[in-house]
Amino acid sequence: MIKLEHIVKTFQGSSEQGTVDAVRDVSLTIEDGEIFGIIGFSGAGKSTLVRCINLLTRPTSGKVTIDGKDMLGLTPGELRESRKKIGMIFQHFNLMPSRTVFGNVAYPLKGSGLSKQEIAGRVRELLELVEITEKENVYPSQLSGGQKQRVAIARALANDPKILLCDEATSALDPQTTASILQLLKSLSKKLGITVVVITHEMEVVKSICQRVAVMEDGKVVELGDVFDIFAKPKEAITRDFIKTASKLSKIDKLLEQDSPFLQMQSGDKLVRLTYIQKDVSEPLISELSRKFDLEVNIILADVEIVGDAPIGGTVVIFHGEHEQIETALQYLEEKNIGVEVLRNA
Amino acid sequence: MPEWLLNLMPNVIVKWPDYLEAIRDTLLMEVWAGSICFVIGLFLGVVITVTKPGGILPNRVIYQILDKAVNLFRSIPFIILLTALMPLSRWIMGTAIYVRGVIVPLVFGSVPFFVRQVEAALAQTDDGLVEASLSMGSSPMEVIFRVYLRESLAPLARATTITAISLLGLTAMAGAVGAGGLGDFAIRYGHDRNMADITWITVITLVIAVSIVQFVGGWIAKKNTH
Repeated sequence: MIKLEHIVKTFQGSSEQGTVDAVRDVSLTIEDGEIFGIIGFSGAGKSTLVRCINLLTRPTSGKVTIDGKDMLGLTPGELRESRKKIGMIFQHFNLMPSRTVFGNVAYPLKGSGLSKQEIAGRVRELLELVEITEKENVYPSQLSGGQKQRVAIARALANDPKILLCDEATSALDPQTTASILQLLKSLSKKLGITVVVITHEMEVVKSICQRVAVMEDGKVVELGDVFDIFAKPKEAITRDFIKTASKLSKIDKLLEQDSPFLQMQSGDKLVRLTYIQKDVSEPLISELSRKFDLEVNIILADVEIVGDAPIGGTVVIFHGEHEQIETALQYLEEKNIGVEVLRNA
Repeated sequence: MPEWLLNLMPNVIVKWPDYLEAIRDTLLMEVWAGSICFVIGLFLGVVITVTKPGGILPNRVIYQILDKAVNLFRSIPFIILLTALMPLSRWIMGTAIYVRGVIVPLVFGSVPFFVRQVEAALAQTDDGLVEASLSMGSSPMEVIFRVYLRESLAPLARATTITAISLLGLTAMAGAVGAGGLGDFAIRYGHDRNMADITWITVITLVIAVSIVQFVGGWIAKKNTH
């Protein structure tokens, strides 16, 4: 269990800049074996916060406890031993360019008391785990981004850590590679039972692997909870912004802005965004509406995904029909706990 | 001895033993001063890199003292250093003349230059590598040897090459205070006695020496670039 209590980190800038409060009073508890996301825009303090876990950055004040151990009270030697049990991967991979893949993965094993053969065996085991065995004798410069991150993951796992910190680990990768690395992290977390802390600015990442998420803004955690709940009922404006970036439904804002010919409406029509915010939406909503209220329902956009084993998302539709029928339909939807947002009246 | 060789460089033939001795003296100065400079300069370059603000072992006092000392010695012209350090030379080496006598000023003249070269070479190390190795539980010593030095072999080889060549220039100047070597050989005969062929043979010898150093350095750098 990782416990952060009232973490504050203030950086001393140069005299004109004064000080920078990167993290302001953050308290978090991350349970064993969970995949925990920390999302925020750049400069929100999330990278500083994650470095307060392995003390690459020492907090100005606060308490860091990992498995009951007070990290800030450790001697330098004890801290180094603890760090071996906390793996970390980075946005730009940080592989050593003058060492081969083998040499990179073997780096943290030196001085661990293993013999040369044992190290070689362990390295091969790790490369198998991240599915990149054929690149053992290749230098990092000859690898693709996704391959580099796989090697970095193998290196981070060398000393059987209980925790893996991922600092924007997929931000330099294309969407397809991102998906495969996230899948790998998810399966490793399950297979090895490690706790994974994921720092990101992409809601897609949180959506696809995290169980819980903390939203950071300006050095503070503004919202924290189950990923599904956060997606379904975001409380803060910034959280809604993040969710929009991950949802195809946000395209409607652009279409409205451009006054797209897609959105041709007749007098009395309503353009509505419907969001599913309950875990049990499974009824054939659209056809029910058109049958019950004698409406024409034109689907402009739809985006429904499975997050934390429940469907989430929504549709953007144009209702065409009797004015009163439309109003009753909207009321009916609200009673069913579906988010209704009228975007335009024609 | 063929006739044409005698015509081409009459004085060089006559002074052949002096020429060989000059080469030997230059080599002695280069190897001794160069080796000492390499060890001290590498050490100080590492110290200046890690004690820098934001380094892995930040220490204001050590960094400031080193930084200022390097600037001080870099701004003194070598010819002044040669004479100014004579008492120190006598105290350490027992003499201020001949090859033994100029090792001290050669070291003082080349170390500050090499320290800056090492500092620049190590600065090319990506901070991310240092951070990654710290996250894996490396100690500051491990970071120095396994990251900074190991990952900078190519730029360090280039830094050493540049310094060795500039040191060769300094050894020629050291000839002026009675150190012997190729510089002294060229001045004494080529300039003072107007023996142009002696000047030429010295220049050619130095060009060959520089080329060899440059070739070896470049080869090592290339071997360590991946």
